[in-house]
Amino acid sequence: MLELRDITAGYARNAPVVRNASLTVAPGEAVGLLGPSGCGKSTLARVAALLHRPDSGTLLLDGEPVRRWRHRAPRELRTAFGVVFQQPRLSADPRLPLADLIAEPLRATGEGKAAAERLAALTTTVGLTPDLLSRRPHEVSDGQLQRACLARALALRPRWLVCDEMTAMLDASTTAALVAAVEHYRRSTGAGLLAVGHDHVLIHRWCDRTVHWKAPSS
Amino acid sequence: MAEAAAEREWRSYGISRRSTHTIRLRSSAALAVVTVLAVLLVPPLVQLDQQAVDLAAKLRPPSWAHPFGTDDVGRDLLLRCVYGLRVSLLVGVAAALTAALIGTAVGATAGALGGWVDRGIMRLVDTVSSVPHLLLGVFIVAMFRPGVWPVVISVALTHWLSTARIVRAEVLSLRSRPYIDAAVSGGASRWRVTVRHLLPAVLPQAGLAAVLMVPHAMWHESALSFLGLGLPTHTASLGTLIQGARGSLLVGQWWPTLFPGLFIIVPTLAVAGLAGAWRERLNPRRRSELTL
Repeated sequence: MLELRDITAGYARNAPVVRNASLTVAPGEAVGLLGPSGCGKSTLARVAALLHRPDSGTLLLDGEPVRRWRHRAPRELRTAFGVVFQQPRLSADPRLPLADLIAEPLRATGEGKAAAERLAALTTTVGLTPDLLSRRPHEVSDGQLQRACLARALALRPRWLVCDEMTAMLDASTTAALVAAVEHYRRSTGAGLLAVGHDHVLIHRWCDRTVHWKAPSS
Repeated sequence: MAEAAAEREWRSYGISRRSTHTIRLRSSAALAVVTVLAVLLVPPLVQLDQQAVDLAAKLRPPSWAHPFGTDDVGRDLLLRCVYGLRVSLLVGVAAALTAALIGTAVGATAGALGGWVDRGIMRLVDTVSSVPHLLLGVFIVAMFRPGVWPVVISVALTHWLSTARIVRAEVLSLRSRPYIDAAVSGGASRWRVTVRHLLPAVLPQAGLAAVLMVPHAMWHESALSFLGLGLPTHTASLGTLIQGARGSLLVGQWWPTLFPGLFIIVPTLAVAGLAGAWRERLNPRRRSELTL
């Protein structure tokens, strides 16, 4: 169970972007978060993935409150979340070929030996062809790069997936393929999903439950 | 096959059209090559003693036998200048590399850790840079016996500040990119994020700073030697040559100061030209400059 209670978070001290937000995601559940631009959806997603320390509020992971964030969070907790961001260009290190990009979490956690095998499985899951793996991010399209980013997020078999407007930059067929890959992964592992977006149709069809945020919570 | 060729052409387009064809880059490269070859090849290939004294031929103006003339004890100035350039270039490269290493390490630490570590380190940098660096360099070099390595240490310890600032600024701007978030979420430690993602991204900038530092460090070596604090007077370096020739300038003997002076300027221009072309490739919108 992933529970966010009364989360207030932001980037400047006196101007929180998110105020007193609460949200729960049960294991295996898909929760959609909809709202206009600038209402703090992405910030909440970053808080949920332990990437941004909230100013106040608690995050309960299986009933245990989380007290440390980013590098200070224990590695098992951090890697329990797979995160996919809106802009694939910015979320891929421009120097790493796609194969290294996808295998990076495996190497960082000392599972480098199993990387080749896992890489083959992951690329099939997200629908990347092997010839793309030696290319660098600037040599592939946005859609191909986002597929690689999804593969990277799935590399450590996370229990929670956080998709922050994962499909906002993509065409319909790539969107369908990525959503199908996420759903396939969730069916086989029972992972929970927090999908942030502003495409009502997509989020409603994708998720079991949808949360609407109205205006900027200021 | 044709596809691969077309791709290569497309990739190299920026390099071939924009920078390699400029006269400035070519002349800088030629000067740099000549300098490096002279420094590397002349001492082992030419079996002449740079310290050979010939009092009968002292203070001769440039001639065929001595193209740069002779100094006040009859040593050939061309040979002295090449040996001097060798020492100056060694000091310049060693000091610039050391300074760039210290600067990169300090800047990356400040940028990657952030918070009070960053504030503390950057205040230290401000403090050190508020002292005139020649003065600080004189102070450091005065603590040791005269020699090459004290000069290297003195120049390196006073010149890492700008590299540290550049590297810190770059790291700070990179640290908030989503790909760093993705690495954190993928279980990467601070060390791994720094070494795998941050440092490779700032290396071109740090390398450029190091290259631009080489002539600056040569100038500093010359300044310290000219003040009599750097290298011992019997070691030929461009600074000690000019210092030794000071007296003869006033009696109209221009060659013992002019040629070592030119030997400082030529590598400076060559490095400035090369580094300028490099910077234009890294960041085409900003004009390149050399700060001395």
